[in-house]
Amino acid sequence: MSSNEYYSLAVSHDEVDALTLTLVGDWRLQSDLPAAIVIQRYLEEHSNTQEIVFNSIDITQWDTGLCTFLLNIIELGNSHNTQINLSGLPEGVRRLIGLASAVPQFKQTHNSKKQQGYIEQLGQFVIDGTKGASEALHFIGEISIAMTRLLRGKAQYKPNDLLLIIQDVGPRALPIVTLISFLVGLILAYMGAVQLQQFGAQIFIADLVSIGMVREMGALMTGIIMAGRTGAAFAAQLGTMQVNEEIDALKTFGVAPIEYLVLPRMLALILMVPLLTLYGSIVGMFAGMLIAVFAFDVGSFEYYTQTLRALDMQQVFVGMTKATVYGVIIAFAGCWRGMQCGRSASAVGEATTSAVVTSIVLIVVAASMLTIIFQVLGI
Amino acid sequence: MTALARTQVADNAHIKLHDITMAYGDVVIQRDLTFDINHEDIFIIMGGSGCGKSTLLKLLIGLKKPSSGNIEIDDVNFWQSSLEQQGKTKQGFGVLFQSGALWSSLTLAENVALPLEEYTKLSRKQIEEVIDYKLSLVGLAGYQNFYPSEISGGMQKRAGLARAMALDPEILFFDEPSAGLDPLSSRRLDDLILELRESLKTTIVVVTHELESIFSIGNNSVFLDAETRTMIATGNPNKLRTDCPVAKVREFLNRGKK
Ligand SMILES: Nc1ncnc2c1ncn2[C@@H]1O[C@H](COP(=O)(O)OP(=O)(O)OP(=O)(O)O)[C@@H](O)[C@H]1O
Ligand SMILES: [Mg+2]
Repeated sequence: MSSNEYYSLAVSHDEVDALTLTLVGDWRLQSDLPAAIVIQRYLEEHSNTQEIVFNSIDITQWDTGLCTFLLNIIELGNSHNTQINLSGLPEGVRRLIGLASAVPQFKQTHNSKKQQGYIEQLGQFVIDGTKGASEALHFIGEISIAMTRLLRGKAQYKPNDLLLIIQDVGPRALPIVTLISFLVGLILAYMGAVQLQQFGAQIFIADLVSIGMVREMGALMTGIIMAGRTGAAFAAQLGTMQVNEEIDALKTFGVAPIEYLVLPRMLALILMVPLLTLYGSIVGMFAGMLIAVFAFDVGSFEYYTQTLRALDMQQVFVGMTKATVYGVIIAFAGCWRGMQCGRSASAVGEATTSAVVTSIVLIVVAASMLTIIFQVLGI
Repeated sequence: MTALARTQVADNAHIKLHDITMAYGDVVIQRDLTFDINHEDIFIIMGGSGCGKSTLLKLLIGLKKPSSGNIEIDDVNFWQSSLEQQGKTKQGFGVLFQSGALWSSLTLAENVALPLEEYTKLSRKQIEEVIDYKLSLVGLAGYQNFYPSEISGGMQKRAGLARAMALDPEILFFDEPSAGLDPLSSRRLDDLILELRESLKTTIVVVTHELESIFSIGNNSVFLDAETRTMIATGNPNKLRTDCPVAKVREFLNRGKK
């Protein structure tokens, strides 16, 4: 489409109040084709114009450019009560225009988002918030019902699915959990050791690292890793199924998506997050020992016995409880956001993002609440 | 390419396939495909479900590489030309995918606008006019601000058609355009396809099962067979219906009657 192709539009007016538009040259779509506004001005000046006719014998080429121009003229004609006589146009153009006007315009306006004032926005925010909260409660209720059905052996799910999901969230997460827990163990040991060394109490690195890892950091780090890794994956999987109407298809077969899709994911995380936490804590304590032995001259056997002395089942219980709670939170946030997903690619993206954000926020909130509760209970 | 240059192509073939084999990994879907699609053809790709029609379409639009054989478009060997050349060739294509493949986060207007914004220097107002025109051609005037998820399956198909036509391409590829359309819309679609060929000199390649459209719009075709994994007939479908030596093809075109 070279822009130097020649085209022109001439306007002439005869005695019987007919306006003749003479179209010449190349009328293919390009940025500087004449706009219908020229004709509009002309019509406004000559308000007695009865009819617009066309002369197009010298048109060499045309495409969408000519058609859109003519549709504009037709619209102008309608608004100025002027007849449009298309007979002077190439036959193809007339037929295309005919096709384009075959189906009347759909009039109902689309309920797209209106511009809202600040107060309106605030109100909308509150309404959305309460709606979100009640939906979350609803979802929790559904999960509880599914869980009880599971306990009574009535839940509809494929044990095979459960195993596949377990494999995906458990063993496959080992490398990243190893890496992060090792580094966290190192950091804990170093931070404590520098202070403890001032009192010659390096041996207490063992207490600091083991209690720190088992009670708090093991579960927290595993939780955050799993939120990013598995929670996001759950939201994306379920969200995509929602987009493809796969979830509707399940429902039509009478299969409850909560039991079939959400339950196995929930179970997998409830099982695997505590196990990964236990594993991560051991890796972290090992990292602490390396620091103590090689950088702060603690004997490795001493470190080992000191660790055993510091830990008891209570610490492990606290850690495992936290891990289980985090597992529930991640599965809940991932599945909930996935099931709520809208019907577009960007909705899947939003679902994934908000699954991760929701689970991390909830994990941190739960972590602090549990810490306080255990403190109060004296555990 | 201008209409003048088009007529200068000596033997009128727009797309030439020579000894094409297409496969997914080691699984051969079709082999020994040799046929020409001429300028201003309405070329029908037919065959039973799963025989490889959509795969052939992907091959023709350069999304999939043949495992052997050559594709020439306007006498240029597609897979041996530079990436730049390939990109230019692809700009002359308009494609309607079997599933519509509208961009779900964009409204219908934005879907049609995207290619116009990328490849033309039109003003905002002109782009809007083109969108209105293309949507009204497929009977969707007034649906500019709807998202694909808010319209029906058949409407999505038609919107995909409007998007495929956005740039007035030289070759249009349609994968089952009339699936999911009512008889009237389907008929209007046939008229539109004929009109595009007539007035814009577009070459059109259509995958379809609708016998009625095959006979009313098609002037050339290829029949792919799932069992022998190759083409078993090519030519004008109206002739194939009565004169094809292969019984299977006649049966297909006569809806099972022998
Ligand atoms: N991405 C893929 N990977 C592997 N095999 C595929 C893939 N897509 C399609 N196939 C196989 O290629 C064959 C042809 O598929 P294709 O989609 O081209 O069929 P079709 O002729 O378009 O069928 P329909 O009329 O049902 O749309 C099928 O047997 C299918 O199993
Ligand atoms: Mg197909």
